[in-house]
Amino acid sequence: MDQILLIGYGNPGRGDDGLGPALAERISALNLPGVRVDTEFQLNVEDAYALLGHSVAVFVDAAVEGAEPFFYREIGAGDEASFGSHSVSPAGLLGLAHQLLGAKTRGFVLGIRGYEFDVFGAPISTRAQANLDAAIAFLEPRLRAGDPGVLAPA
Amino acid sequence: MTKIVTINPVTRIEGHARITLHLGDDGKAEKAYFHVNEFRGFEKFCEGRLYTEMPTITPRICGICPTSHSMASAKACDAIQRIIPTDTGVLLRRLVQAAQMMSSHALSFFHLSSPDLLLGFDSDVASRNILGLAAKDPGLAVKGIRLRKLGQEVSERLTGKKIHVLGVVPGGMAFALKEDDRVALLEQLPEALETCKLALDILKRYIDANRKMVDSFAMFESPYLGTVGPDGELDFYDGVLRWVNPDGSILAEAAPSQYRDYIAERSMDFTYLKYPYFKKLGFDKGFYQVGTLGRVNAASKMSTPLAQAEFKAFRSLNSGNPVHGAFYHHYARLIEMLYCVEELRRLLENPGITGMDIQARGHRNDTEGVGHTEAPRGTLFHHYRTDDTGSLTRVNLLIATGQNNPAMNRAIFEVARQYVDGNKITEGALNRVEHAIRCYDPCLSCSTHAIGRMPIDLQLLSPDGQVLDQAVRGS
Repeated sequence: MDQILLIGYGNPGRGDDGLGPALAERISALNLPGVRVDTEFQLNVEDAYALLGHSVAVFVDAAVEGAEPFFYREIGAGDEASFGSHSVSPAGLLGLAHQLLGAKTRGFVLGIRGYEFDVFGAPISTRAQANLDAAIAFLEPRLRAGDPGVLAPA
Repeated sequence: MTKIVTINPVTRIEGHARITLHLGDDGKAEKAYFHVNEFRGFEKFCEGRLYTEMPTITPRICGICPTSHSMASAKACDAIQRIIPTDTGVLLRRLVQAAQMMSSHALSFFHLSSPDLLLGFDSDVASRNILGLAAKDPGLAVKGIRLRKLGQEVSERLTGKKIHVLGVVPGGMAFALKEDDRVALLEQLPEALETCKLALDILKRYIDANRKMVDSFAMFESPYLGTVGPDGELDFYDGVLRWVNPDGSILAEAAPSQYRDYIAERSMDFTYLKYPYFKKLGFDKGFYQVGTLGRVNAASKMSTPLAQAEFKAFRSLNSGNPVHGAFYHHYARLIEMLYCVEELRRLLENPGITGMDIQARGHRNDTEGVGHTEAPRGTLFHHYRTDDTGSLTRVNLLIATGQNNPAMNRAIFEVARQYVDGNKITEGALNRVEHAIRCYDPCLSCSTHAIGRMPIDLQLLSPDGQVLDQAVRGS
């Protein structure tokens, strides 16, 4: 079982909402040892099972607000567990995996700042593309190190 | 003086919407509006594309029910090509559709609505969610997740995709089902069946204990629409459209391709969702309900034994006639969930399900096609027109949540009138308004979900726009 699970999620057909899957695609192409890469349209409750056996999960999503070019932080199980819709937040998912399935996985969120979300079929915007590059430059060496501890924010 | 209460957006439903309650001097609701602020523009985006691309493009509309859009789209393509899908192709289409329906209903009941029922409308909002449910009854929460997981696993085993099914194509399916996958799925059905029975038992006990509240919760009568098979049985995949009157008599039956002869739409100034209505009854009297309650009230029966027994028990609540009231969407949803598990078994035990003749081939024989199916939230139509090259010149998507839009407004109004007092707005009262919406399990626009999109902002406004009170939940 790979130590690290990276889930990039979002709608690739909806402009900058595709930042998560775009990062996942580029990381997947690197074939990093010990890293499993997955993509989702959105997180759902059954994804709690996917966390089992991984010591670290990195959730990568587009962010409509917050720091540029990205923010990165560790999340606690159940933090922000608002379950505001049919989809689940990363912290909520982590909470379900810990509480119901006994997972010990640590969770991190990488939120890449996006700007354009409203047009179907639009590509990732130029500004968001630059943020994506910066996020990959940040994340790749940490994934290569293979030590989940180094994934913690400075 | 009229006051306006705004709930923006609604929690635990998909998409971005807000509710405004217009209160009179006595603090009671005078009007209620469910606003959808986001114009999706998907139909316009599709124009100019080849119609054959649509079954793979349209699942991007929705991460919750992509199979339904892919299915309606493929059926519209079937119509344009004038081809009949192969028998195995139809079996596999029905398989993924039943699985998606079961999965969607499980999410709606176990994770979105049951916290209100099992933890109480007036319990702490911070824990009135699936994690709160998990703390109170972890076994139940796990069962709900496993049922949901099974639904996704059907698609994954067949197509290799968990969410966006790409296997539904014109003429049938692009993937065959392997024997070991068939067996693996069959082995999981006994547990799924027990979970459905448990959910029904929980809900029926809740209704028995709260009958007065349930019967009065967003109670109103309307016509209902659902798809039925040759003997009037509920059918998700194909059949005729049947509208029934509140007393159960048949209002109309029609082929899905004739939907425009029966359904008209009107734009409203407070929402991007159109107001569909049954044309012959006119705008004022013609709104109808689709989805779980629409289907179970429109059908004459269920085609599987356990679901049929539950159907009869359900109908007995109103002497065999349609059952009214928004809360009963939950009951109908669980009957359908049970039916899905039985239907999955029936399909997986059909020797034809692992056949290799999965797709009929064709080419364009018409310029226009209508595809229809039952999505978890109700009847869904895809209507395409093409030019001489097969490029789309017009796309009309009539979605289930749109058809339930007038009913949702009515449900909000009924609940607000009963529970909301303008001088004292309680958390429980607001959640009941939201719950009225969740009965319909609407999916407004789940195509964008990025971080930072789901706060709740409640405002009490005076007629001149002054904020009298405000509450913000989430971030």
